[in-house]
Amino acid sequence: MSPLDPHRLLAVARKEWIQLRRDTRSMILAFALPMMLLVFFGYAITFDIDDITIAVVDEDRTAASRELVDAFVASDYFTVRERLADRGRTEELLVRGRVLGVLTIPPGYARDRAAAGRGATVQLLLDGADANTATIAMNLSGAVAASHGAQVAAAGASSPDRASNATGAPVRLESRTWYNPRLESRHMIVPGLIAVIMSMIAAMLTALTIAREWERGSMEQLAATPVSRLEVVLGKLLPYLVIGILDVSLAVVAGMLLFGTPLNGSVLLLGVMTVLFLVGALGLGIVISAVVKSQVLATQVAMVATYLPALLLSGFMFDIASMPVVLQGITYLVPARYFITVTRGIFLKGVGISVLWPQALLMLLFAVAGVALATRAFRKELEA
Amino acid sequence: MNPVEVEGLTRRFGDFTAVDGVTFRVRRGEIFGFLGPNGAGKTTTIKMLTGLLPPSEGTGRVAGLDVRAERDGIRERIGYMSQKFSLYADLTVHENIELFAGLYGVVGTRYEERRAWVLEMSELADAVDRLAGELPLGWKQRLALGCATLHEPSILFLDEPTSGVDPVARRRFWDLIAAMSEAGTTVFVSTHYMEEAEYCHRLALLNRGRLIALDTPRALRARTVDPIFRLETEDAPRAVQALVHAPGMVEAAMYGRDVHVTVENETTGVDTVRAALAGEGLSVASIERVEPSLEDVFTALVRAEGGAVVG
Repeated sequence: MSPLDPHRLLAVARKEWIQLRRDTRSMILAFALPMMLLVFFGYAITFDIDDITIAVVDEDRTAASRELVDAFVASDYFTVRERLADRGRTEELLVRGRVLGVLTIPPGYARDRAAAGRGATVQLLLDGADANTATIAMNLSGAVAASHGAQVAAAGASSPDRASNATGAPVRLESRTWYNPRLESRHMIVPGLIAVIMSMIAAMLTALTIAREWERGSMEQLAATPVSRLEVVLGKLLPYLVIGILDVSLAVVAGMLLFGTPLNGSVLLLGVMTVLFLVGALGLGIVISAVVKSQVLATQVAMVATYLPALLLSGFMFDIASMPVVLQGITYLVPARYFITVTRGIFLKGVGISVLWPQALLMLLFAVAGVALATRAFRKELEA
Repeated sequence: MNPVEVEGLTRRFGDFTAVDGVTFRVRRGEIFGFLGPNGAGKTTTIKMLTGLLPPSEGTGRVAGLDVRAERDGIRERIGYMSQKFSLYADLTVHENIELFAGLYGVVGTRYEERRAWVLEMSELADAVDRLAGELPLGWKQRLALGCATLHEPSILFLDEPTSGVDPVARRRFWDLIAAMSEAGTTVFVSTHYMEEAEYCHRLALLNRGRLIALDTPRALRARTVDPIFRLETEDAPRAVQALVHAPGMVEAAMYGRDVHVTVENETTGVDTVRAALAGEGLSVASIERVEPSLEDVFTALVRAEGGAVVG
């Protein structure tokens, strides 16, 4: 008997498709949930910081000090919430979280700025409780200060009575960010989000399917026919693969329309990679449902086993390179890790298979392992 | 070669032995009845024969194939209807037929023929687009029988196919089984309805996992050791009380308004009964010898084994 008969495979796939269409719960899970998650996360998760509230303590009170404060305000990154005459309330403001930073311009700032070769010093105290935001604020304030310094120096150079200002800005670092020039985190989040959401949805969808057969008793009738394990697994997988591809397509379009995520690379390559990824993720769901045999438990296990690793260990939220070595090792077992590299690569960098082949290979490995494990786990005998 | 050959088949679940060293053969084309109360081991035996459950001990061959090693081959040659309705309730009649045809590799013109046959046999032609889950139980069972026979299996395993169905639908179902048997299909059917056993060519009586008798219904009835009398009296409950403890009696029980009494000796039986009742001041309106029912046979055989009936 051949283990893979097209008639039997299609019979299972067609039946699964009909059942899926008639099951409202599965349809919601298949279409409404991924879109909801995409929109929700797309708007809620943002790593961008475009409004850093600061307090200004201007002890110099000169035109020069006001110019500096104006430079901060003009940058659009900073909003001055408080203007203080002295440092007395500095700590209170930071502790209460009223401001993220306090910019202090000491007396003599204008004098120091004017004195050639010395340079003036100002202080920025930052609330480091949120290290991520503090780092970004520090970098942004550094950039604002440097740019303002350069402007002042240039103005000085062009005015005839300050002929020489050689020490103004001898070297200027001009950095430019590629692929996501405005560093909009949403552009980075949407491709990653597609991988996270699909990891979970794919496994949950298939987790329901075999568990449902056990619960309703139809597994017994199915098991008494000549259908092979591989035929059942693949037959159940096919309709969900179609759903998964539809989901990813919808998510790509939604990402482009709602969040302006650019799709720079090949759509075809993204499609092929999506299939590889989905087969592995769907297979995992079947493994879970075949082992657990209850719909409720299977979906719960599927969610915990896919969503959390995809969210935390895939490089979506946290940089893998800065994780402890042990955790880094575990990330290799999270297929979403590879798919995120792929989606970000194709969306933002427009890279091709010449760059993404290692990810493609690893996802293929997961796909084959997923189907093999699912076939093994799904025991036709009612009890071994 | 017989369609089903079983030798010392045993299945244990932990400490519990569900089927205990069962040995029998089923002949080609016969309706082989598996009779016994719930928990006697009928379903477990059928699951082992259909490859759904590996045996703990013993051997079983179905269509000449080993139930352990050649399950795939067996599945292609048999039809199986499980005890619980287990077609897809959320598929229509048509979709269920289409699915099982696909699973059994019934395609092309053969599919059209078999589909038409199933719809005619099950009288479901007008219900093709109804969801299987919404059909009355009797219809569901005919659909399940149709789906199990789409591929014209040589052996049909039916596990309590008529449980829960009304007597008319049950009768109709047995007519279908009889027709299939006449057409050459071997039918292995389990039931706990004693009256259904009369439809079978041969009966295997099962109790507590053990085979206690195997014969034709007629031979089984003839085999009963002790004669049974039916008697009419003015107070049946008191009569039973009086007879149960009287010497020379095997058993006494109410049968409607009558009393069935099993005696040790046929020739002296009637006098013994009259004497026992007279001692209680009861008169006998009539007393006559009756043919034992299969139920009587079953009870007698279990008693002869020294056991109690399960269930």
